[in-house]
Amino acid sequence: MDKTKILLAHGSGGRLTHDLITKHLVQSLSNPLLNKLDDAAVFESKGKTAFTTDSYVVNPIFFPGGNIGKLAVCGTVNDLSVMGAIPKYLSLAFIIEEGLDISALEEIIKSIAAAAKEAGVEIVTGDTKVVNTGKADKIFINTAGVGFIPEGLDISGANARPDDAVIVSGTMGDHGIAIMAQREGLNFKTAVESDCAPLNGLITDMLKVCPRIHVMRDPTRGGLATTLNEIAGQSQVGIELNEESIPVKPAVGGACEALGLDPLYVANEGKIIAIMPEKDAPAVLSAMKAHPYGKDSAIIGRVISPNPGRVSIRTPLGALRILDMQSGELLPRIC
Amino acid sequence: MCLAVPAKIISVEDGVAEVDLNGTTYKASLMLTPEAKAGDYVLLHTGYAIQVIDEKDALETLSIFKQMEML
Amino acid sequence: MNFIEEFRSSQSGRTLLEYINKRSTKPARFMEFCGGHTVAIFRYGIRQLLPPHIEMLSGPGCPVCVTSTADLDKVIALSRLPGVIICSFGDLLRVPSSRQSLLEVRAEGADVRIVYSTMDALEIARQNPLKKVIFVGIGFETTAPTIAASVIQARNQGLANYYVMSIHKITPPVMRAILDAGETRLSGIICPGHVSSITGSNAWEFIPEEYHLACAVSGFESLDILYCVKSLVDQVEDATPRLDVSYSRAVKPEGNTAALKIMDEVFDICPANWRGIGILPQSGLCLRPEFAAFDAEKNFEIKLSEPSRETPGCLCGEIIKGTRTPLECKLFSKVCTPENPVGPCMVSSEGTCAAYYHYGGKLG
Repeated sequence: MDKTKILLAHGSGGRLTHDLITKHLVQSLSNPLLNKLDDAAVFESKGKTAFTTDSYVVNPIFFPGGNIGKLAVCGTVNDLSVMGAIPKYLSLAFIIEEGLDISALEEIIKSIAAAAKEAGVEIVTGDTKVVNTGKADKIFINTAGVGFIPEGLDISGANARPDDAVIVSGTMGDHGIAIMAQREGLNFKTAVESDCAPLNGLITDMLKVCPRIHVMRDPTRGGLATTLNEIAGQSQVGIELNEESIPVKPAVGGACEALGLDPLYVANEGKIIAIMPEKDAPAVLSAMKAHPYGKDSAIIGRVISPNPGRVSIRTPLGALRILDMQSGELLPRIC
Repeated sequence: MCLAVPAKIISVEDGVAEVDLNGTTYKASLMLTPEAKAGDYVLLHTGYAIQVIDEKDALETLSIFKQMEML
Repeated sequence: MNFIEEFRSSQSGRTLLEYINKRSTKPARFMEFCGGHTVAIFRYGIRQLLPPHIEMLSGPGCPVCVTSTADLDKVIALSRLPGVIICSFGDLLRVPSSRQSLLEVRAEGADVRIVYSTMDALEIARQNPLKKVIFVGIGFETTAPTIAASVIQARNQGLANYYVMSIHKITPPVMRAILDAGETRLSGIICPGHVSSITGSNAWEFIPEEYHLACAVSGFESLDILYCVKSLVDQVEDATPRLDVSYSRAVKPEGNTAALKIMDEVFDICPANWRGIGILPQSGLCLRPEFAAFDAEKNFEIKLSEPSRETPGCLCGEIIKGTRTPLECKLFSKVCTPENPVGPCMVSSEGTCAAYYHYGGKLG
C-alpha cells in the first residue's frame, strides 16, 4: 500500500479516514469544538448572524503567494467580513482525487491552519471524501462560514448612494495573473504573487473609523469592473471611476498587455471595494493605508445619479466611456 | 495589427531570447529578427520577436510631441 | 523607457487633441483598417474627443472576423478525424460555424487545444508522436511569418506529425477591394501598425498614389493613434494625400526582410475566401509544394457533410467592409451577444461588434 498517496480507502469512513482526520486535520486545526468530533458543532449565537459558503476548484492548487487551502479560508473569511460580520467558525470539506500526494495535502492543511490562526477563526466541522482518479482535479474544497454582526451596521450592495466615495484597498489583478503564469502554455514567468489574504483585521479598522460604510465587496471573479457593475445594479446608481487613480502593479500591467487582458477584469483574492459617504472617505483611507493589507489603498471614483446600473470610467485623455461587465470567458487574447 | 507588445531582450541563447516587460519575462524566438541582441527592444507577438524597435526614432517621435506642447 | 507608457502621456494626448479640434474643418471619414485600432480607440475614449464631423469606421482587419464559414467548417471537419489534435489561437474557438463552434466540438470529445504560439503546437507534436497535430493558421502578415517559421522548424527537426491548415490572408488586396467597391466614401485610412512592421509601409503607397486618399500607419498607444489622426487631418485640410508613417519606431519602408523571406520560402500567394466579400484572387497564403508534407489540405480528407451557411441577419460581412455598423444590425445585443455570438465580429476580441458591445454603451 502506497503510504505517500491518498487512496480511496481514506474516504470510506474506516480506520484510514479516522487516521487522516485525527492525525492530519485535528492535530493541525485543533480547537475545542473540532476536537469533540461530533457530527455537528454546537455553539451559542446571538443577534444578526452572517452565513456564507464557497467552493474552491483553482488550478493549479499551489501558486506563488498561496494554495487552494489558504484561498478557501481567506475567501470565506472575507465574504463574512465584507458584510460587517466578525468571522468566527468555518466548516471545511474536501473532495480529494485518489492519488493526491499526502505531502501536498499536509501542506494545504498547514496553510489552512495558518490562515485560520491569522484570521482568528476556528474550523469546527468538516468532511473528507475521496473519488476515483479523474473524477476531481487533485482536490476541491468547500468552506462555509458563520460570523456575528455587531449592532448598528447595515452593509449591503444595495446601499450605495449618490456622492458616496469609492475606495479600493490596493493593486488590481495580482491573483489572476499569478494563477495564469502557472498555467501551461502561456510561457511567462513573473514575480507577481497572489494577493490572497484574510481581510477581517483591515475591515475592523475601517469600521472603527466609520461604522456607516454603505457597501463592501471583494472583487474576485470578473475583477473590479464586474463587481462594481453588480453594485451599481443592486443600488440602482451610477458609478464613475477615474482610470488614473486605480492602482495596478507595473508587472501585472505588463503581463496584461502581453496577454491582451484588462487588469480591471482580473480576479483579486485579497482586496476589497468600500463605498461610503464622501466626508468619511479621508478617514477611512488613512485607516486602510495604515494596515499592511491596505497600504496601496486609493479613492478611485464616486457614486452618481445618472446612468443607474452602469459604471463609467474617465480615461487618461479625459474622455468618459462605459466600463461594462466582463462578457464571455477571460481567455488570454492572442490574435 | 494582431497583439504585439514591446519587450526588452535580457539574454539570447540558441536563437531564443528571454524578454522582459515590466518585470514579467517571456521566451521569444528570434527566427524573424536574427540580428536582435540583448538590450534591444522588440515587438513580441505569439512567442516571436517580429521587429526591433528603433529607440532613436522613438525618442524623436516623443520630442515632436514635446515641441507641440510648447507651441 | 518601455515604449508603452511614454506613448500614453495624457498631456501630449490633450495637446494633439487640441490641435486636431482646431485644425479640422472639413467633414472626414477615416477607416481604422485594424480591429486592434478599433478597440484601442474605444478604450482610450478617442471617438468622443474628436470633432463631431470626423467619423471613424471599422475595417476588415480582424483575421477571425474575415474567416469564412466554409473555411471554419473545414477546420471542424478536421477536428473530428481520429488521432488529430487541433491547435488554435484562442479567439477562433467560440466562432459559430455552419452547425457548431470548435468549443462545442471539443465538448463532444474532439482534441482541440488553445495555444499562444506555434512553438507550443510544435511541442505538442513532439510530445504526441502518434497523433497528428494540425495548427489552424489564421492571421495576416503579422502572424503568417510565425507559422512559416514553425513549418521550417518542423522540417529541420524532422517532425512528421505537424501540419498547418492555412487560412492566412494578406491585407493590401482586401484594402483595394473595399476601395474599388466604393460602397463607402472614405477620406483616409489608418493603416495597420504591426502588419506594416512586417510588410513595410511601402505596401500602402498605392492608397495615396492610386486612390488619392490620406493615409497614415499607426501604432496602438493613445499618442500613436492621435498622431496618426493629426496627420490624416492635416492631409485632408491641405488636400495633400500621402503615406505618413506615424509608427516609424516599428515600421520601416521595406518592413522586416528576414520575416518576408521566411514567409516567401514557405507560402505562395493564392485565392482566399473572405467573409462578406467572397473569393479574392491573390489574397491568401498557401503552403508551397515543397512543404506539402506539412499541408493539412493535402494530407487529410476534408469531407463537408452539408453546404456552408451563415446565420441570416448576421451583418458581420458588411461591418468588416465598413458599409454598416453594428448599431444597424437587428441582432446586435438583442440576439447576438458575447455570451451567445451569432458571428465572428462578436467573438473576436478585435471584432467590431464585440468592441461596440463592450465599450459603446451610451452615457446620458
